[in-house]
Amino acid sequence: MGIITDVRRDNGESERAGRIDLVGEVLQDVGNEVAAVVSAPGEYVFRAFTKFFEFIGESSILLTRTVRFILAGRIDLRDTVNQMAFIGVASLPIVLVTVAFSGAVLSLYMSQLGVRWGFGGYTGGVIGLSVARELGPVLTAVVVTARSGSAIAAEIGTMKVTEQIDALRALAVSPVQYLVVPRLIAAIVMLPVLTIFSDIIGTVAGYLVAVVNGVAGGGYVSSLKSQVLPSDVVKGLVKTLFFAVVIVIVGAQQGLRTTGGATGVGRSTTSAVVISIVTIYILNFFLAYVMFGGKTAFL
Amino acid sequence: MIRAIQLSYRVGNKTILNYLDLAVEKGETLAVMGMSGAGKSTLLKCIGGLIRPTFGAVEIDGVDITRMKESELDAVRVKIGMVFQYAALFDSLNVYENVSFGLRRHKLMSEEEIAEVVRTRLAIVGLPRTENLMPAQLSGGMQKRVGLARALALDPEIVLYDEPTAGLDPITSAAIADLIVKTRNELGVTSMLVTHDIATIKRVASRVAMLHSGKIVAVGTVEEMEDHPNPIVRQFITGSGEGPIRITE
Ligand SMILES: Nc1ncnc2c1ncn2[C@@H]1O[C@H](COP(=O)(O)OP(=O)(O)O)[C@@H](O)[C@H]1O
Ligand SMILES: [Mg+2]
Repeated sequence: MGIITDVRRDNGESERAGRIDLVGEVLQDVGNEVAAVVSAPGEYVFRAFTKFFEFIGESSILLTRTVRFILAGRIDLRDTVNQMAFIGVASLPIVLVTVAFSGAVLSLYMSQLGVRWGFGGYTGGVIGLSVARELGPVLTAVVVTARSGSAIAAEIGTMKVTEQIDALRALAVSPVQYLVVPRLIAAIVMLPVLTIFSDIIGTVAGYLVAVVNGVAGGGYVSSLKSQVLPSDVVKGLVKTLFFAVVIVIVGAQQGLRTTGGATGVGRSTTSAVVISIVTIYILNFFLAYVMFGGKTAFL
Repeated sequence: MIRAIQLSYRVGNKTILNYLDLAVEKGETLAVMGMSGAGKSTLLKCIGGLIRPTFGAVEIDGVDITRMKESELDAVRVKIGMVFQYAALFDSLNVYENVSFGLRRHKLMSEEEIAEVVRTRLAIVGLPRTENLMPAQLSGGMQKRVGLARALALDPEIVLYDEPTAGLDPITSAAIADLIVKTRNELGVTSMLVTHDIATIKRVASRVAMLHSGKIVAVGTVEEMEDHPNPIVRQFITGSGEGPIRITE
């Protein structure tokens, strides 16, 4: 808590004090958790389970309601387009940078080893597959979680603690229809679009790094063409549909259950991002297992 | 018009409303007073159909709303205007969009007609030509007025006010109190407000109810309350630190 104010004072002493504060707090948190586990392990596990099932329950109800509004055609086009701009267009630069450099660093190792051991010709295929199946979809989802999932939780959470959610309901407007539906549609449409850009930039960045490291440009392209099938790209895009649902529903669920003012909003935002990212990674494994027959070994 | 019957609200093992009974007659302005944390907002939200009580009934025009489905509840909510403690204006929308929000969402009339409603409602609350301002540009008192204009846009039969004067200076408070009276007189609405502001109660209320320990412990006119046999009620009306209620924490 004290860390920010302490660091701002230009005084090495208090900066150190701030750090010690922080360490102290973390240790205290850890201590409390450990104490809880040790003193009443049954109760601790029980509480964790209750929380987990509460989360699953709330999220499923929220998803069902959202889908019901969508199926009933109760969609506000203007709100949806605004959300598309926010979730999609505005996320593009950071998505591009993230995936470009991830493709680049992967290509760095691959091409250096490849050139040394004589399998440099496979670089294009390996990078292309990695990007289309995994890096593109997953990193795009993670970036959108950080940027938009957090914003969804913070915005809805703020509306909750300032009674704006109650005000909506008092005007007979469903918060799910007004807030969640446009965001879910926007994410479902924009995440695959963003991922297409990611796939392209990741592969191109990989190409540039490979060529600089001595891989033949033509070889990169031909290996890419022979290894990466359209179905690889499409399956990668299909994964992002699931990720879009996770990002929006978790963000909205955490936002809607916010209590306790500004601190509560901060807590909801953090948990929305953490829960989403963890869920995306776990879900990604199972989706990959189902869609690529468990042959994602090289990632 | 409004009846709460054996209304109870519990969270965990904490009892906020405890088998509470209350009636508000058509056209009257009932004030519910009670200490901070007494459960005033909770009571108002139960009556407005925003939260479901854990036990008991809320009848609006003789119909119990606590067992209704969300879709049925929406029809009732349209009849009830709610003014929130901190106005709860939609902060990403300007005054016009706030006041017209319900009308636009429910597509009840053309945009010209909506503009006319917004104009008249803003005139009633004394804020003409503020349509294009954002909530952040308004003072606390102005936000409350816009919140009232928004609540009035759907032509409610009932208006519920949650601490309409909390956090306002005495002069602005008096102006808001007068506005509650004016709204009742001009639109003929049934009003219920919860507050701990005795000056406002004296200005607007036809009857007063005292909420204490989750129950309505007294109901009557302001005069009746002032020499009520229950010392808790007298202590509250006179604002005395001495009496049966003691702040010890
Ligand atoms: N959902 C809830 N969970 C836990 N406690 C609550 C909840 N709603 C209200 N409370 C508690 O109930 C009490 C009454 O709240 P409230 O109705 O807001 O009181 P008032 O408006 O009279 O100040 C408070 O102590 C509040 O903390
Ligand atoms: Mg309150």
